[in-house]
Amino acid sequence: MSKMESEQEFEKARSPFAEAWGMFRRNHTAVGALGVLLLILLGAIFGPFLYGVDPFEMVWAPFSPPGEEGFMLGTDYLGRDLLAMIISGARVSLLIGLSAALVSILIGVTVGALAGFYRGWVEEVLMRVTEFFQVLPTLLFSMVLVALFGASLPMITFAIGVVSWTAVARITRSEFLRIRELEYVMAARASGGSNKTLMFTVILPNALPPIIVQSALMVGSAILFEAGLSFLGLTDPNVVSWGQIIGSNRQYILDAGYTVTFPGIAIFVTVLAISLVGDGLNDALNPKLRQR
Amino acid sequence: MPKTLLDVDGLTVRFEVKRGSGWGKKSYLYAVDDISFEVKQGETLSIVGESGSGKTTAALAVARLVPAHSGTVMLDDGNVLEKQGEDLRQTRQKVQFIFQDPYSSLNPRKRADSIVREPLDNLSEKSEDEKTTIVAELFEAVGLRPEQMKLFPHQFSGGQRQRIGIARALATQPELIICDEPVSALDVAVQAQILNLLRKLQREYNLTYLFISHDLGVVQHMSDAIAVMYMGKIVEHADRISLFTSPRHPYTQALLSAVPTVDRTQRAKQKRILIPGDPPDPINLPKGCRFANRCPIAEAQCSQTEPELKDVGQGHKVACHLV
Repeated sequence: MSKMESEQEFEKARSPFAEAWGMFRRNHTAVGALGVLLLILLGAIFGPFLYGVDPFEMVWAPFSPPGEEGFMLGTDYLGRDLLAMIISGARVSLLIGLSAALVSILIGVTVGALAGFYRGWVEEVLMRVTEFFQVLPTLLFSMVLVALFGASLPMITFAIGVVSWTAVARITRSEFLRIRELEYVMAARASGGSNKTLMFTVILPNALPPIIVQSALMVGSAILFEAGLSFLGLTDPNVVSWGQIIGSNRQYILDAGYTVTFPGIAIFVTVLAISLVGDGLNDALNPKLRQR
Repeated sequence: MPKTLLDVDGLTVRFEVKRGSGWGKKSYLYAVDDISFEVKQGETLSIVGESGSGKTTAALAVARLVPAHSGTVMLDDGNVLEKQGEDLRQTRQKVQFIFQDPYSSLNPRKRADSIVREPLDNLSEKSEDEKTTIVAELFEAVGLRPEQMKLFPHQFSGGQRQRIGIARALATQPELIICDEPVSALDVAVQAQILNLLRKLQREYNLTYLFISHDLGVVQHMSDAIAVMYMGKIVEHADRISLFTSPRHPYTQALLSAVPTVDRTQRAKQKRILIPGDPPDPINLPKGCRFANRCPIAEAQCSQTEPELKDVGQGHKVACHLV
């Protein structure tokens, strides 16, 4: 590197965030997936206003194939417009995916941070609790929760969040265990930082990269989980979700395969896009791959 | 005669060691075992010793960064080890720490100016404007340019990073700065710059240093007094001139003989004293003197009774039966 270049490099005060974005941008697959994801998000937000068909309304004869009578994706067994249902379902799926991931991050980061920071008996207790949740059969446990407390959206979100926080807790704990031994944490203590300051303003920001990646992947698996639950009928009857469309049409899979195919594709594309973005984030945030 | 700023008496730090399945008897590793020393205002005491001798642990315990098991650490008139809450905050203002590794002692997510500002934010009640002025002054005092304030640690070289660490330690205007091998991670040319900076700052701000090092050349350059540690004990404690000209403890003599000299005539005269073997297991310490199994002049009594640190004249203290 010539003198000029190193001077230039030196004067740039880029934040770690900007640096990560610079890395992410180089991964074309991930950027493409991010584009797809944004499209899906925009569709979920504005779709119902642009395509004003009520997803619960019987609009045409049941099982009309895609393209007939102006219904691009056809109608289901009750004669409802499949396109309207998928657009409406996008809202529910994304909403549940994001909020369930949020719930599990909140639980997981809190448990992992406390366990990794305080060690000792706090860690023992919290990690045994984590292991307890890890060995629970997740689908069965969340089915029980939803069956007992009713199939409302908040309850489904909570049921998904409560069975999937363990991975976040373990990742957070391991990062805290590693970072708490570094000298800058001790330096922050010597500078008068309280335990709270150390945990949340010193260690947590440095522990974030793997947590962010895990969270991105968790949105995807939460969407899949919700699809699984609603396929089994454990869903809020007042809203349409992708899994529910597949579940309610599953008897007609041989006669009208498209009724399960299109929502299936929607789930597939969304989850794949989220996974690819998560993968891109992993590369962008992994300091070992960063050129310094 | 300057007054004594720091008076450490009988400081012991031990760590619990788990052996076997966890149900067995607890054993302890005494990393620092009953050490005493004092540092005078405006002077530098160096603690030297090999890796694992407990010098860093002793320093951390003085700064309340690892819990001490027993002993007292008197700073001014209060025992640092007993301070809690607000009192501890006051003490942290007076005792600051410079860390060994400039690559891991700076938070990679903070900009240089907020790293230097952190002690002020946590420990002082100064106004925002005052803090900004202080940070700017500190940057100048340690030889960094003002436009570097907004950079992140990875954009600095090792020496510059250590300057940031020094500025951070100075922020609260401390009386005592503990330097834990502040230059051992830097290359030699930069070491000299940092050491000269530390000496300059000591004169300007009347600082007192507790200086931890394994490099005798550095220690000779920096200190007024020196304490030599071996396996958690102080084996010799004397002022610089008396320690370097007439070392009394066989371990100190061996250490000093290992310092290379450039001078040819000196080199011919110098006889390298070798220390055979390894240090004993710190969990099952031998009876008697801890250095006995490697000592070239050990006698029968050395492996029976532990030598006390005793004054052999003019404040030169040695822990050896044969002196």
